[in-house]
Amino acid sequence: MQIDPRGPRFGAAVTTLILAITLVTRSPWLLALQAVVFAFGAFDASPYGLLFRRLVRPRLGPPSELEDAAPPRFAQGVGLGFAIVGLIGFAAGITPLALGATAAALLAAFLNAAFGLCLGCEMYLIIRRLQPGRTQ
Amino acid sequence: MVGIVVLGVTLVVGVIIGFAVRRRDGKVRAVKQVVSDARAVVTSDDLGVELGERVTLVQFSTAFCQPCRATRRILHDVAEMVPGVRHVEIDAESRLDLVRRFDVMRTPTVLVVDVAGNVVKRASGLPRKADVIAAVGVAVDGPSHESSHQSDSV
Repeated sequence: MQIDPRGPRFGAAVTTLILAITLVTRSPWLLALQAVVFAFGAFDASPYGLLFRRLVRPRLGPPSELEDAAPPRFAQGVGLGFAIVGLIGFAAGITPLALGATAAALLAAFLNAAFGLCLGCEMYLIIRRLQPGRTQ
Repeated sequence: MVGIVVLGVTLVVGVIIGFAVRRRDGKVRAVKQVVSDARAVVTSDDLGVELGERVTLVQFSTAFCQPCRATRRILHDVAEMVPGVRHVEIDAESRLDLVRRFDVMRTPTVLVVDVAGNVVKRASGLPRKADVIAAVGVAVDGPSHESSHQSDSV
């Protein structure tokens, strides 16, 4: 599937904002909300993507090129992983874990929004490298 | 208060990482030649196809890689334009043996391989076409043209 690359970028900007407010207010509910968004995003149904298509894209010109949906979808899954760890931190009362995991997800979202760098995608090969080797 | 500090630190770290990656991204770097190591040499067995007549551009890609498509286009163009140059794309996931052997950490990673199978240059991230063409030139001429003392290390 091919998508407008500005969609995930817009989503990353909203995610950055939500996670920043999460850190400042230390609200587990906001993080839970973002975790739900990540979960939908991992199945190509991000609410932020919907927001982009309904409200933002009609105001923009057509995209200069399309890109594959798989990388951003994978990155949403990575984001969900961090959000879940953060929620466990909040639930268990381990504040450093909660804030650390939220900060990690925020870092990835910020790099995507500001620099177009997909940290989750970069992690993919490194994770695969750590798994037991195949000869061919 | 702690949250605001964490937020500030995270954003500063993000800006530093962002600019560092942007600076390094796609830069074509020279590769030190280790002549005695047979594992450092790319063979047609590794690739499953013959090496290019003069230069082979080996691209490592994954399904979850945004700049891989643009990189493919650039390398394809260079292979079309310069005679004797072949572009080979490798799915990093199915060839983790090569990924480890050539120490590939990111996709896309491009190895510029000369006719003897030596990796002359490499780049990770989307390279610029002009840089690829320049690297192909070096690989055709042999590394001795770029740096005369490299043969001394044999």
